[in-house]
Amino acid sequence: MALDKIGIAKRIAQEVQDGTYINLGIGIPTLVANFIPDNINVVLQSENGLLGIGPFPDESEVDADLINAGKQTVTTTKGSSLFSSAESFEMIRGGHVDLTILGAMEVSENGDISNWKIPGKMVKGMGGAMDLVASAENIIVAMQHCSRDGESKLLSENTLPITGLRCVKKVVTDMAVLDVLPEGGFKLLERAPGVSVEEIKAATAGKLIIEGEIPEMRI
Amino acid sequence: MINKVVSNAEEAVKDIPDNAVLMLGGFGLCGIPENCISALLKTGVKGLTCISNNAGVDDFGIGLMLKTRQVKKMISSYVGENAEFERQLLSGELEVDLIPQGTLAERIRAGGAGIPAFYTPAGYGTEVAEGKETREYHGKMYLLEQWLKADFALVKAWKGDTSGNLIFKGTARNFNPMMAMAGKITIAEVEELVEPGELDPNMIHTPGIYVQRIFQGKDYEKRIEQRTTKLK
Repeated sequence: MALDKIGIAKRIAQEVQDGTYINLGIGIPTLVANFIPDNINVVLQSENGLLGIGPFPDESEVDADLINAGKQTVTTTKGSSLFSSAESFEMIRGGHVDLTILGAMEVSENGDISNWKIPGKMVKGMGGAMDLVASAENIIVAMQHCSRDGESKLLSENTLPITGLRCVKKVVTDMAVLDVLPEGGFKLLERAPGVSVEEIKAATAGKLIIEGEIPEMRI
Repeated sequence: MINKVVSNAEEAVKDIPDNAVLMLGGFGLCGIPENCISALLKTGVKGLTCISNNAGVDDFGIGLMLKTRQVKKMISSYVGENAEFERQLLSGELEVDLIPQGTLAERIRAGGAGIPAFYTPAGYGTEVAEGKETREYHGKMYLLEQWLKADFALVKAWKGDTSGNLIFKGTARNFNPMMAMAGKITIAEVEELVEPGELDPNMIHTPGIYVQRIFQGKDYEKRIEQRTTKLK
């Protein structure tokens, strides 16, 4: 059975390495924070200007002056720091943030990502997405394998306006874990419990590379 | 000691003319110059270009100035939370320039820092790069972005002194420090205005040199967009 959003978040949490600084996008990526094991110490960055995002506050702790990039009220962790949005993006562009996890509408087989605009619909803006994808050392995309209409979101070439070129390193979907190879192509690494390689093949429009037995994810 | 104190928001913004270019601090509704926005609603100044990361919500922040049709153009990175904004955009009443958030922050910083343009990787290969100069450095492509400046920068701080030194609180800092640098006239509203010497110089975020007017704000609502709390 394909994974739900929680399942995708749990699988991505396994990619998180000890001692790293991470930026989590809105949606499934935000959920990842809940599943990082206790023995893995990471610092979460919020691009409005906070390193060390803590859990949501108690009712009595709610502070209008302390929000994350999704404009939700948060707390700070011990050892956190606060800074301007300019400095925040200096640390992003400067390559100091180790991992960015974000959602996408489409990913191409050479790592292009589209996630900010659907032509004909109201354009809300790219926020910090273009800065993040242009600069992060490592980018993992969390998304559904197919759109609601059943169209593959893993393509040979994106159809929607681009957010960044050749930047996605790994994609975790409800069906599979795939690496985006530097020379192009989605390399199938794992399949969701009960999902067959054939089903993944059918749901992937871009170049899919399958070598040997593909194990099931362990969630 | 240079005294920059004005009596209130109305006094601070009274000479902002029609068609002025403004910067307004804040991320979402966090750290926005609430008092200055209220005062601009009263002066009724029109044709404003507003540089601000977001455009408020329908009944708060810059959203209030959209409702009164005082804004001609928004320069922002994300504008999703506002139905009146959408209506004016679709009807052509409002111009909008969408800019990647880090590029917006840096263009404002550059404006205050005397750097007319800089190369950034953000937006390369996207429609943001259309018409812009690109250049390769060390095997990676960058595009040239220009500074942003404003006639008036409206910023909100937690504490300030009469010389214009500012301290921000939490994530309400966001765009405020760079905007303070990039305004020809920077107006700071603060929750607590104190005498020189009362703020520790080590703790100042924005030195007073960037601030031309400062006043003690009042009646801060500090509205929260997404009130999220721990699950019980």
